[in-house]
Amino acid sequence: MDHFPTNWGNPRNEDGESYNTYPMASNKVPQGVQQIAGYGHASGHPTTHTQSPVVTGTSVLGLKFKDGVLMAADNLASYGSLARFRDVERLHKVSDFTVIGASGDISDFQYVKHLLDAQMIKEYNADDGHSLATPHVFEYLWRIMYNRRSKMNPLWNTFVLGGVHKGENFLGAIDLKGTPYQSPSIATGFGSHLATPMLRKALDNAGGSENLTREEAEKLLVECMKVCWLRDARSSFKYQIAAITSQGVSISEPHDLRPLTYWEHGRDVRGYGA
Amino acid sequence: MMSTVPSELPVTAPIEHRFDPYVDNGGTLLSIAGKDFCVVAADTRLSEGYSIHTRYVPKSVKLSDKTVISMGGCYADCLTLTKRIQQNMEASLVAPMWYRHAHGKTMSTAAIAQMLSIMLYQKRFFPFYSWCILGGLDEEGRGAVYTYDPVGSYEREACRCAGSASSLIQPFLDNQINFKNQASERRELSLDQVLRITKDSFTSATERDIYTGDYLEIFVITSNGVELQKMGLKKD
Repeated sequence: MDHFPTNWGNPRNEDGESYNTYPMASNKVPQGVQQIAGYGHASGHPTTHTQSPVVTGTSVLGLKFKDGVLMAADNLASYGSLARFRDVERLHKVSDFTVIGASGDISDFQYVKHLLDAQMIKEYNADDGHSLATPHVFEYLWRIMYNRRSKMNPLWNTFVLGGVHKGENFLGAIDLKGTPYQSPSIATGFGSHLATPMLRKALDNAGGSENLTREEAEKLLVECMKVCWLRDARSSFKYQIAAITSQGVSISEPHDLRPLTYWEHGRDVRGYGA
Repeated sequence: MMSTVPSELPVTAPIEHRFDPYVDNGGTLLSIAGKDFCVVAADTRLSEGYSIHTRYVPKSVKLSDKTVISMGGCYADCLTLTKRIQQNMEASLVAPMWYRHAHGKTMSTAAIAQMLSIMLYQKRFFPFYSWCILGGLDEEGRGAVYTYDPVGSYEREACRCAGSASSLIQPFLDNQINFKNQASERRELSLDQVLRITKDSFTSATERDIYTGDYLEIFVITSNGVELQKMGLKKD
Protein backbone atom coordinates (compact mmCIF):
# COMPACT_ATOMS: atom_id res chain seq x y z
CA MET A 1 0.00 0.00 0.00
CA ASP A 2 1.32 3.37 -1.02
CA HIS A 3 0.66 5.86 1.77
CA PHE A 4 1.55 8.96 -0.24
CA PRO A 5 -1.65 10.46 -1.70
CA THR A 6 0.38 12.25 -4.43
CA ASN A 7 1.30 8.87 -5.91
CA TRP A 8 -2.29 7.65 -6.05
CA GLY A 9 -3.61 7.18 -9.54
CA ASN A 10 -0.12 7.34 -11.03
CA PRO A 11 1.63 4.37 -12.67
CA ARG A 12 3.41 2.23 -10.17
CA ASN A 13 7.17 2.30 -10.03
CA GLU A 14 7.90 -1.32 -10.79
CA ASP A 15 11.46 -1.12 -9.57
CA GLY A 16 10.17 -0.24 -6.13
CA GLU A 17 7.31 -2.75 -6.07
CA SER A 18 8.39 -5.77 -4.12
CA TYR A 19 5.47 -8.06 -5.08
CA ASN A 20 5.98 -8.05 -8.84
CA THR A 21 7.37 -11.10 -10.60
CA TYR A 22 8.17 -9.32 -13.85
CA PRO A 23 10.27 -7.30 -14.20
CA MET A 24 11.50 -8.91 -11.04
CA ALA A 25 11.49 -6.73 -7.99
CA SER A 26 15.07 -5.62 -7.96
CA ASN A 27 14.99 -2.84 -5.39
CA LYS A 28 17.83 -4.52 -3.51
CA VAL A 29 20.25 -3.59 -6.27
CA PRO A 30 20.69 0.09 -7.19
CA GLN A 31 19.44 0.99 -10.66
CA GLY A 32 22.90 2.00 -11.86
CA VAL A 33 24.44 -1.32 -10.87
CA GLN A 34 21.64 -3.24 -12.56
CA GLN A 35 22.34 -1.55 -15.85
CA ILE A 36 26.06 -2.16 -15.67
CA ALA A 37 25.99 -5.75 -14.49
CA GLY A 38 23.04 -6.92 -16.59
CA TYR A 39 20.70 -7.62 -13.68
CA GLY A 40 17.63 -8.42 -15.70
CA HIS A 41 15.82 -11.34 -14.19
CA ALA A 42 15.27 -12.83 -10.77
CA SER A 43 15.34 -10.35 -7.95
CA GLY A 44 18.83 -9.07 -7.61
CA HIS A 45 20.34 -11.97 -9.52
CA PRO A 46 22.40 -11.65 -12.68
CA THR A 47 21.38 -13.27 -15.97
CA THR A 48 22.78 -16.79 -16.12
CA HIS A 49 23.60 -19.04 -19.06
CA THR A 50 23.80 -22.80 -19.34
CA GLN A 51 27.42 -23.78 -18.74
CA SER A 52 26.84 -27.53 -18.72
CA PRO A 53 23.95 -29.90 -19.32
CA VAL A 54 21.94 -31.22 -16.34
CA VAL A 55 19.51 -34.02 -17.19
CA THR A 56 20.97 -35.70 -20.26
CA GLY A 57 20.20 -38.26 -22.91
CA THR A 58 22.97 -40.34 -24.46
CA SER A 59 23.49 -41.48 -28.08
CA VAL A 60 21.05 -41.12 -30.97
CA LEU A 61 21.66 -43.31 -34.02
CA GLY A 62 20.51 -42.65 -37.56
CA LEU A 63 20.87 -44.72 -40.71
CA LYS A 64 19.66 -44.23 -44.26
CA PHE A 65 18.39 -47.26 -46.18
CA LYS A 66 16.87 -47.91 -49.59
CA ASP A 67 13.36 -46.59 -48.87
CA GLY A 68 13.92 -44.16 -46.05
CA VAL A 69 15.65 -43.41 -42.79
CA LEU A 70 15.83 -45.26 -39.47
CA MET A 71 16.61 -43.66 -36.14
CA ALA A 72 17.12 -45.16 -32.69
CA ALA A 73 17.52 -43.80 -29.18
CA ASP A 74 17.11 -45.26 -25.71
CA ASN A 75 14.52 -44.00 -23.21
CA LEU A 76 16.83 -42.88 -20.43
CA ALA A 77 17.39 -39.38 -19.09
CA SER A 78 20.35 -39.36 -16.71
CA TYR A 79 21.15 -36.92 -13.92
CA GLY A 80 24.91 -37.27 -13.85
CA SER A 81 25.48 -40.96 -13.15
CA LEU A 82 21.96 -41.40 -11.77
CA ALA A 83 19.48 -43.06 -14.12
CA ARG A 84 16.87 -40.40 -13.27
CA PHE A 85 13.99 -40.82 -15.77
CA ARG A 86 13.70 -44.21 -17.48
CA ASP A 87 10.78 -43.71 -19.84
CA VAL A 88 11.62 -40.51 -21.68
CA GLU A 89 10.97 -40.40 -25.41
CA ARG A 90 13.94 -38.89 -27.21
CA LEU A 91 12.56 -39.39 -30.69
CA HIS A 92 9.87 -36.88 -31.61
CA LYS A 93 7.66 -36.68 -34.66
CA VAL A 94 7.93 -33.15 -36.07
CA SER A 95 5.74 -33.62 -39.13
CA ASP A 96 4.35 -36.35 -41.38
CA PHE A 97 7.82 -37.00 -42.81
CA THR A 98 10.26 -35.69 -40.21
CA VAL A 99 11.58 -37.04 -36.91
CA ILE A 100 13.95 -35.30 -34.50
CA GLY A 101 16.14 -37.21 -32.05
CA ALA A 102 18.02 -35.54 -29.23
CA SER A 103 21.06 -36.28 -27.16
CA GLY A 104 22.28 -33.88 -24.49
CA ASP A 105 20.17 -31.71 -22.20
CA ILE A 106 16.58 -32.95 -22.03
CA SER A 107 15.04 -29.65 -20.94
CA ASP A 108 16.67 -27.89 -23.90
CA PHE A 109 15.21 -30.64 -26.11
CA GLN A 110 11.76 -30.03 -24.67
CA TYR A 111 12.14 -26.33 -25.46
CA VAL A 112 13.16 -27.11 -29.05
CA LYS A 113 10.22 -29.51 -29.41
CA HIS A 114 8.00 -26.63 -28.34
CA LEU A 115 9.58 -24.31 -30.93
CA LEU A 116 9.22 -26.85 -33.73
CA ASP A 117 5.64 -27.72 -32.82
CA ALA A 118 4.76 -24.00 -32.70
CA GLN A 119 6.32 -23.53 -36.14
CA MET A 120 4.44 -26.50 -37.59
CA ILE A 121 1.14 -25.19 -36.16
CA LYS A 122 1.86 -21.81 -37.74
CA GLU A 123 2.38 -23.50 -41.10
CA TYR A 124 -0.82 -25.52 -40.66
CA ASN A 125 -2.85 -22.42 -39.77
CA ALA A 126 -1.64 -20.63 -42.91
CA ASP A 127 -3.57 -23.33 -44.80
CA ASP A 128 -1.77 -22.54 -48.05
CA GLY A 129 -0.97 -26.11 -49.03
CA HIS A 130 2.65 -25.77 -47.90
CA SER A 131 4.37 -27.31 -44.95
CA LEU A 132 7.96 -27.45 -43.75
CA ALA A 133 9.80 -30.50 -45.09
CA THR A 134 12.83 -32.09 -43.48
CA PRO A 135 15.49 -29.85 -45.13
CA HIS A 136 13.52 -26.75 -44.09
CA VAL A 137 13.20 -27.92 -40.49
CA PHE A 138 16.93 -28.67 -40.57
CA GLU A 139 17.73 -25.14 -41.74
CA TYR A 140 15.42 -23.65 -39.06
CA LEU A 141 17.00 -25.78 -36.35
CA TRP A 142 20.47 -24.83 -37.56
CA ARG A 143 19.71 -21.10 -37.29
CA ILE A 144 18.35 -21.57 -33.76
CA MET A 145 21.39 -23.52 -32.62
CA TYR A 146 23.87 -21.12 -34.27
CA ASN A 147 22.07 -18.08 -32.89
CA ARG A 148 22.12 -19.42 -29.35
CA ARG A 149 25.83 -20.33 -29.52
CA SER A 150 26.53 -16.81 -30.83
CA LYS A 151 24.79 -15.42 -27.73
CA MET A 152 27.15 -17.61 -25.66
CA ASN A 153 24.05 -19.35 -24.32
CA PRO A 154 23.88 -22.61 -26.26
CA LEU A 155 21.19 -25.25 -26.32
CA TRP A 156 23.24 -28.16 -24.98
CA ASN A 157 22.24 -30.81 -27.51
CA THR A 158 23.22 -32.71 -30.58
CA PHE A 159 20.09 -33.15 -32.67
CA VAL A 160 19.61 -35.75 -35.37
CA LEU A 161 17.00 -35.06 -38.01
CA GLY A 162 15.67 -37.77 -40.30
CA GLY A 163 13.09 -37.59 -43.02
CA VAL A 164 11.99 -38.07 -46.60
CA HIS A 165 11.41 -35.19 -49.00
CA LYS A 166 10.63 -35.34 -52.74
CA GLY A 167 11.80 -38.95 -52.92
CA GLU A 168 15.14 -38.13 -51.25
CA ASN A 169 16.15 -39.55 -47.91
CA PHE A 170 17.49 -36.98 -45.46
CA LEU A 171 19.68 -37.59 -42.43
CA GLY A 172 21.46 -34.71 -40.72
CA ALA A 173 22.81 -33.59 -37.37
CA ILE A 174 23.39 -30.25 -35.61
CA ASP A 175 25.46 -29.77 -32.47
CA LEU A 176 25.49 -27.10 -29.75
CA LYS A 177 27.93 -24.95 -31.76
CA GLY A 178 25.58 -24.90 -34.73
CA THR A 179 27.61 -27.28 -36.90
CA PRO A 180 25.22 -28.81 -39.42
CA TYR A 181 26.12 -31.86 -41.51
CA GLN A 182 24.49 -34.71 -43.39
CA SER A 183 25.70 -38.26 -43.68
CA PRO A 184 24.35 -41.72 -44.63
CA SER A 185 24.92 -42.76 -41.01
CA ILE A 186 25.04 -40.63 -37.89
CA ALA A 187 25.71 -41.48 -34.25
CA THR A 188 25.93 -38.87 -31.50
CA GLY A 189 27.60 -38.92 -28.12
CA PHE A 190 29.23 -42.20 -27.08
CA GLY A 191 27.61 -43.77 -30.13
CA SER A 192 30.02 -41.85 -32.35
CA HIS A 193 32.78 -44.05 -30.92
CA LEU A 194 30.84 -47.31 -30.58
CA ALA A 195 28.29 -47.34 -33.39
CA THR A 196 29.82 -45.20 -36.17
CA PRO A 197 32.50 -47.80 -37.06
CA MET A 198 29.82 -50.53 -37.29
CA LEU A 199 27.45 -48.39 -39.35
CA ARG A 200 30.13 -47.14 -41.77
CA LYS A 201 31.55 -50.63 -42.25
CA ALA A 202 28.10 -52.02 -43.07
CA LEU A 203 27.41 -49.16 -45.49
CA ASP A 204 30.78 -49.65 -47.22
CA ASN A 205 30.19 -53.40 -47.53
CA ALA A 206 26.71 -52.84 -48.96
CA GLY A 207 28.09 -50.27 -51.39
CA GLY A 208 25.94 -47.40 -50.12
CA SER A 209 22.66 -46.86 -48.28
CA GLU A 210 20.63 -47.44 -51.45
CA ASN A 211 21.61 -51.14 -51.29
CA LEU A 212 20.47 -51.58 -47.70
CA THR A 213 17.03 -53.10 -47.11
CA ARG A 214 14.88 -52.06 -44.18
CA GLU A 215 15.34 -55.46 -42.52
CA GLU A 216 19.14 -55.24 -42.82
CA ALA A 217 19.19 -51.65 -41.58
CA GLU A 218 16.95 -52.43 -38.61
CA LYS A 219 19.04 -55.45 -37.63
CA LEU A 220 22.19 -53.35 -37.83
CA LEU A 221 20.71 -50.56 -35.74
CA VAL A 222 19.57 -52.99 -33.02
CA GLU A 223 23.07 -54.48 -32.98
CA CYS A 224 24.49 -50.97 -32.50
CA MET A 225 22.02 -50.22 -29.71
CA LYS A 226 23.08 -53.47 -28.04
CA VAL A 227 26.76 -52.51 -28.16
CA CYS A 228 25.89 -49.05 -26.80
CA TRP A 229 23.93 -50.59 -23.96
CA LEU A 230 26.75 -52.99 -23.11
CA ARG A 231 29.53 -50.38 -23.01
CA ASP A 232 27.93 -46.94 -22.52
CA ALA A 233 27.37 -46.54 -18.78
CA ARG A 234 24.76 -43.81 -19.39
CA SER A 235 22.54 -45.95 -21.61
CA SER A 236 19.45 -48.06 -21.07
CA PHE A 237 18.14 -51.37 -22.42
CA LYS A 238 14.83 -49.71 -23.21
CA TYR A 239 14.87 -48.06 -26.62
CA GLN A 240 12.72 -46.98 -29.54
CA ILE A 241 13.21 -47.09 -33.30
CA ALA A 242 11.70 -44.60 -35.71
CA ALA A 243 11.23 -45.27 -39.41
CA ILE A 244 10.57 -42.53 -41.93
CA THR A 245 9.57 -43.64 -45.44
CA SER A 246 7.41 -42.23 -48.21
CA GLN A 247 4.53 -43.84 -46.27
CA GLY A 248 5.16 -41.53 -43.32
CA VAL A 249 6.57 -41.77 -39.82
CA SER A 250 6.31 -44.66 -37.42
CA ILE A 251 7.90 -44.57 -33.99
CA SER A 252 7.92 -47.97 -32.30
CA GLU A 253 6.83 -48.80 -28.79
CA PRO A 254 9.81 -49.23 -26.44
CA HIS A 255 11.73 -52.46 -27.02
CA ASP A 256 13.91 -54.38 -24.56
CA LEU A 257 17.54 -55.21 -25.39
CA ARG A 258 18.03 -57.65 -22.50
CA PRO A 259 16.64 -60.77 -24.22
CA LEU A 260 19.19 -60.22 -26.99
CA THR A 261 22.17 -60.52 -24.67
CA TYR A 262 23.47 -63.60 -22.93
CA TRP A 263 24.82 -63.48 -19.42
CA GLU A 264 24.28 -67.10 -18.28
CA HIS A 265 28.00 -67.89 -18.56
CA GLY A 266 28.55 -65.57 -15.61
CA ARG A 267 26.24 -67.51 -13.30
CA ASP A 268 28.89 -69.72 -11.77
CA VAL A 269 31.88 -67.40 -12.05
CA ARG A 270 33.00 -66.10 -8.68
CA GLY A 271 32.96 -62.30 -8.45
CA TYR A 272 30.75 -61.99 -11.52
CA GLY A 273 27.53 -61.05 -9.81
CA ALA A 274 25.58 -63.63 -7.82
CA MET B 1 54.75 -10.19 14.44
CA MET B 2 52.53 -12.11 12.08
CA SER B 3 52.89 -11.63 8.39
CA THR B 4 49.79 -10.49 6.58
CA VAL B 5 50.94 -12.19 3.40
CA PRO B 6 50.27 -15.97 3.31
CA SER B 7 53.39 -16.47 1.25
CA GLU B 8 53.92 -20.17 2.02
CA LEU B 9 50.44 -21.24 0.90
CA PRO B 10 50.14 -22.72 -2.58
CA VAL B 11 48.39 -20.42 -4.98
CA THR B 12 45.03 -21.81 -6.00
CA ALA B 13 42.78 -20.23 -8.55
CA PRO B 14 39.12 -21.07 -8.93
CA ILE B 15 38.52 -23.32 -11.95
CA GLU B 16 36.60 -21.30 -14.46
CA HIS B 17 34.64 -22.91 -17.22
CA ARG B 18 33.49 -20.84 -20.12
CA PHE B 19 31.62 -21.97 -23.21
CA ASP B 20 33.88 -21.93 -26.26
CA PRO B 21 31.72 -21.03 -29.28
CA TYR B 22 34.39 -22.05 -31.77
CA VAL B 23 35.40 -25.44 -33.11
CA ASP B 24 38.06 -26.28 -35.69
CA ASN B 25 36.48 -28.56 -38.27
CA GLY B 26 39.68 -28.90 -40.34
CA GLY B 27 39.82 -29.12 -44.10
CA THR B 28 42.14 -27.68 -46.71
CA LEU B 29 41.49 -25.26 -49.55
CA LEU B 30 43.60 -24.07 -52.41
CA SER B 31 43.31 -21.62 -55.26
CA ILE B 32 45.62 -20.88 -58.19
CA ALA B 33 45.20 -18.08 -60.73
CA GLY B 34 46.21 -18.58 -64.34
CA LYS B 35 46.40 -16.27 -67.36
CA ASP B 36 42.73 -16.70 -68.31
CA PHE B 37 41.49 -19.19 -65.74
CA CYS B 38 41.30 -19.81 -62.02
CA VAL B 39 41.24 -23.07 -60.07
CA VAL B 40 39.59 -23.37 -56.64
CA ALA B 41 39.89 -26.70 -54.83
CA ALA B 42 38.95 -28.05 -51.41
CA ASP B 43 38.56 -31.43 -49.73
CA THR B 44 35.18 -32.44 -48.31
CA ARG B 45 36.00 -33.92 -44.90
CA LEU B 46 34.34 -32.46 -41.78
CA SER B 47 36.12 -33.41 -38.55
CA GLU B 48 36.05 -32.58 -34.87
CA GLY B 49 39.07 -33.82 -32.95
CA TYR B 50 39.72 -37.43 -33.89
CA SER B 51 36.18 -37.95 -35.18
CA ILE B 52 35.05 -37.54 -38.78
CA HIS B 53 31.52 -36.11 -38.72
CA THR B 54 30.96 -36.71 -42.39
CA ARG B 55 33.01 -37.51 -45.48
CA TYR B 56 31.17 -35.21 -47.80
CA VAL B 57 30.41 -31.59 -47.13
CA PRO B 58 31.06 -28.93 -49.79
CA LYS B 59 33.52 -26.24 -48.65
CA SER B 60 33.41 -24.26 -51.89
CA VAL B 61 30.37 -22.50 -53.30
CA LYS B 62 29.85 -20.95 -56.72
CA LEU B 63 28.81 -17.33 -56.22
CA SER B 64 28.52 -16.34 -59.88
CA ASP B 65 29.71 -17.43 -63.31
CA LYS B 66 33.00 -15.69 -62.53
CA THR B 67 33.53 -16.26 -58.81
CA VAL B 68 33.87 -19.17 -56.37
CA ILE B 69 34.34 -18.86 -52.60
CA SER B 70 36.09 -21.48 -50.50
CA MET B 71 36.27 -21.52 -46.71
CA GLY B 72 37.76 -23.58 -43.89
CA GLY B 73 37.89 -23.32 -40.09
CA CYS B 74 34.70 -23.37 -37.99
CA TYR B 75 32.17 -24.89 -40.38
CA ALA B 76 29.13 -23.25 -38.74
CA ASP B 77 30.78 -19.83 -39.15
CA CYS B 78 31.81 -20.60 -42.74
CA LEU B 79 28.32 -21.63 -43.73
CA THR B 80 26.78 -18.57 -42.10
CA LEU B 81 29.28 -16.28 -43.80
CA THR B 82 28.67 -17.92 -47.20
CA LYS B 83 24.95 -17.42 -46.76
CA ARG B 84 25.44 -13.77 -45.88
CA ILE B 85 27.67 -13.19 -48.93
CA GLN B 86 24.97 -14.67 -51.14
CA GLN B 87 22.33 -12.50 -49.48
CA ASN B 88 24.45 -9.38 -49.90
CA MET B 89 25.04 -10.09 -53.57
CA GLU B 90 21.30 -9.66 -53.87
CA ALA B 91 20.88 -7.15 -51.04
CA SER B 92 24.11 -5.38 -50.18
CA LEU B 93 25.09 -4.25 -46.68
CA VAL B 94 27.84 -2.05 -48.07
CA ALA B 95 25.37 0.00 -50.02
CA PRO B 96 21.99 -0.27 -48.29
CA MET B 97 20.26 -1.50 -51.42
CA TRP B 98 19.81 -4.69 -53.36
CA TYR B 99 23.00 -4.94 -55.40
CA ARG B 100 21.74 -7.04 -58.28
CA HIS B 101 18.35 -5.43 -58.28
CA ALA B 102 19.74 -1.91 -57.86
CA HIS B 103 22.53 -2.18 -60.42
CA GLY B 104 21.03 -4.72 -62.79
CA LYS B 105 24.22 -6.81 -62.80
CA THR B 106 26.03 -9.43 -60.79
CA MET B 107 28.82 -8.28 -58.46
CA SER B 108 32.29 -8.50 -59.96
CA THR B 109 35.02 -10.61 -58.34
CA ALA B 110 36.81 -7.47 -57.09
CA ALA B 111 33.58 -6.08 -55.62
CA ILE B 112 32.83 -9.33 -53.78
CA ALA B 113 36.44 -9.37 -52.57
CA GLN B 114 36.13 -5.90 -51.03
CA MET B 115 32.70 -6.70 -49.56
CA LEU B 116 33.97 -9.90 -47.92
CA SER B 117 36.78 -7.96 -46.24
CA ILE B 118 34.26 -5.51 -44.80
CA MET B 119 31.93 -8.30 -43.69
CA LEU B 120 34.76 -10.06 -41.85
CA TYR B 121 35.94 -6.85 -40.19
CA GLN B 122 32.41 -5.98 -39.10
CA LYS B 123 32.73 -8.92 -36.73
CA ARG B 124 36.21 -7.87 -35.57
CA PHE B 125 35.46 -8.46 -31.89
CA PHE B 126 33.55 -11.74 -32.29
CA PRO B 127 35.13 -12.95 -35.52
CA PHE B 128 33.96 -15.58 -37.93
CA TYR B 129 36.56 -18.32 -37.48
CA SER B 130 36.98 -18.83 -41.20
CA TRP B 131 39.89 -18.89 -43.59
CA CYS B 132 38.58 -17.62 -46.90
CA ILE B 133 39.91 -17.85 -50.42
CA LEU B 134 38.04 -16.15 -53.22
CA GLY B 135 38.87 -17.31 -56.73
CA GLY B 136 37.61 -16.05 -60.05
CA LEU B 137 38.17 -13.91 -63.08
CA ASP B 138 38.74 -10.15 -62.89
CA GLU B 139 37.18 -7.55 -65.18
CA GLU B 140 39.93 -8.17 -67.78
CA GLY B 141 39.28 -11.93 -67.73
CA ARG B 142 42.52 -12.80 -65.91
CA GLY B 143 42.59 -15.30 -63.07
CA ALA B 144 42.33 -13.69 -59.62
CA VAL B 145 42.88 -15.13 -56.14
CA TYR B 146 42.00 -13.13 -53.02
CA THR B 147 43.02 -14.47 -49.61
CA TYR B 148 41.79 -13.40 -46.17
CA ASP B 149 42.50 -13.83 -42.50
CA PRO B 150 39.51 -14.26 -40.14
CA VAL B 151 39.28 -10.51 -39.37
CA GLY B 152 39.30 -9.29 -42.94
CA SER B 153 42.90 -8.50 -43.97
CA TYR B 154 43.11 -9.43 -47.62
CA GLU B 155 45.34 -9.29 -50.66
CA ARG B 156 45.33 -10.48 -54.24
CA GLU B 157 47.84 -13.23 -54.99
CA ALA B 158 48.82 -15.72 -57.69
CA CYS B 159 48.09 -18.72 -55.49
CA ARG B 160 47.25 -19.61 -51.91
CA CYS B 161 46.55 -22.64 -49.74
CA ALA B 162 44.68 -22.29 -46.44
CA GLY B 163 43.27 -24.57 -43.76
CA SER B 164 44.65 -27.55 -41.85
CA ALA B 165 47.24 -28.68 -44.44
CA SER B 166 48.25 -25.18 -45.56
CA SER B 167 51.69 -25.49 -43.96
CA LEU B 168 52.27 -28.64 -46.00
CA ILE B 169 51.06 -27.35 -49.36
CA GLN B 170 51.96 -23.63 -49.42
CA PRO B 171 55.76 -24.16 -49.61
CA PHE B 172 55.17 -26.55 -52.50
CA LEU B 173 53.09 -23.91 -54.29
CA ASP B 174 55.73 -21.23 -53.60
CA ASN B 175 58.18 -23.45 -55.44
CA GLN B 176 55.98 -24.79 -58.24
CA ILE B 177 53.73 -21.79 -58.99
CA ASN B 178 55.83 -18.80 -57.94
CA PHE B 179 59.15 -20.47 -58.91
CA LYS B 180 60.78 -19.61 -55.56
CA ASN B 181 64.33 -21.02 -55.17
CA GLN B 182 64.30 -22.26 -58.73
CA ALA B 183 66.98 -21.61 -61.33
CA SER B 184 64.46 -21.58 -64.17
CA GLU B 185 62.66 -18.42 -65.25
CA ARG B 186 59.08 -17.81 -64.12
CA ARG B 187 56.55 -18.78 -66.81
CA GLU B 188 52.78 -18.99 -67.18
CA LEU B 189 51.35 -22.43 -66.37
CA SER B 190 48.65 -24.07 -68.43
CA LEU B 191 45.35 -25.23 -66.92
CA ASP B 192 46.45 -28.82 -67.29
CA GLN B 193 49.67 -28.20 -65.34
CA VAL B 194 47.79 -26.31 -62.62
CA LEU B 195 45.28 -29.14 -62.24
CA ARG B 196 48.08 -31.69 -61.89
CA ILE B 197 49.80 -29.59 -59.22
CA THR B 198 46.45 -29.20 -57.40
CA LYS B 199 45.73 -32.93 -57.39
CA ASP B 200 49.30 -33.80 -56.33
CA SER B 201 49.07 -31.25 -53.50
CA PHE B 202 45.94 -32.84 -52.07
CA THR B 203 46.95 -36.49 -52.47
CA SER B 204 50.23 -35.65 -50.68
CA ALA B 205 48.57 -33.60 -47.93
CA THR B 206 46.08 -36.42 -47.33
CA GLU B 207 49.00 -38.72 -46.49
CA ARG B 208 50.16 -36.58 -43.58
CA ASP B 209 47.19 -34.46 -42.41
CA ILE B 210 44.38 -36.34 -40.64
CA TYR B 211 41.94 -33.47 -41.23
CA THR B 212 42.27 -33.67 -45.03
CA GLY B 213 40.80 -36.45 -47.16
CA ASP B 214 37.72 -38.28 -48.50
CA TYR B 215 36.97 -36.30 -51.68
CA LEU B 216 38.39 -33.37 -53.62
CA GLU B 217 36.20 -30.83 -55.35
CA ILE B 218 37.89 -28.72 -58.02
CA PHE B 219 36.16 -25.67 -59.50
CA VAL B 220 37.65 -24.54 -62.81
CA ILE B 221 36.63 -20.98 -63.69
CA THR B 222 37.10 -19.86 -67.30
CA SER B 223 35.33 -17.40 -69.56
CA ASN B 224 32.96 -20.27 -70.38
CA GLY B 225 31.75 -20.39 -66.76
CA VAL B 226 32.40 -22.67 -63.81
CA GLU B 227 33.08 -26.39 -64.16
CA LEU B 228 33.14 -28.73 -61.16
CA GLN B 229 35.41 -31.78 -61.10
CA LYS B 230 35.34 -34.40 -58.35
CA MET B 231 38.10 -36.75 -57.34
CA GLY B 232 38.49 -39.36 -54.62
CA LEU B 233 41.04 -38.98 -51.84
CA LYS B 234 42.10 -41.52 -49.23
CA LYS B 235 39.41 -42.12 -46.61
CA ASP B 236 41.72 -43.25 -43.76
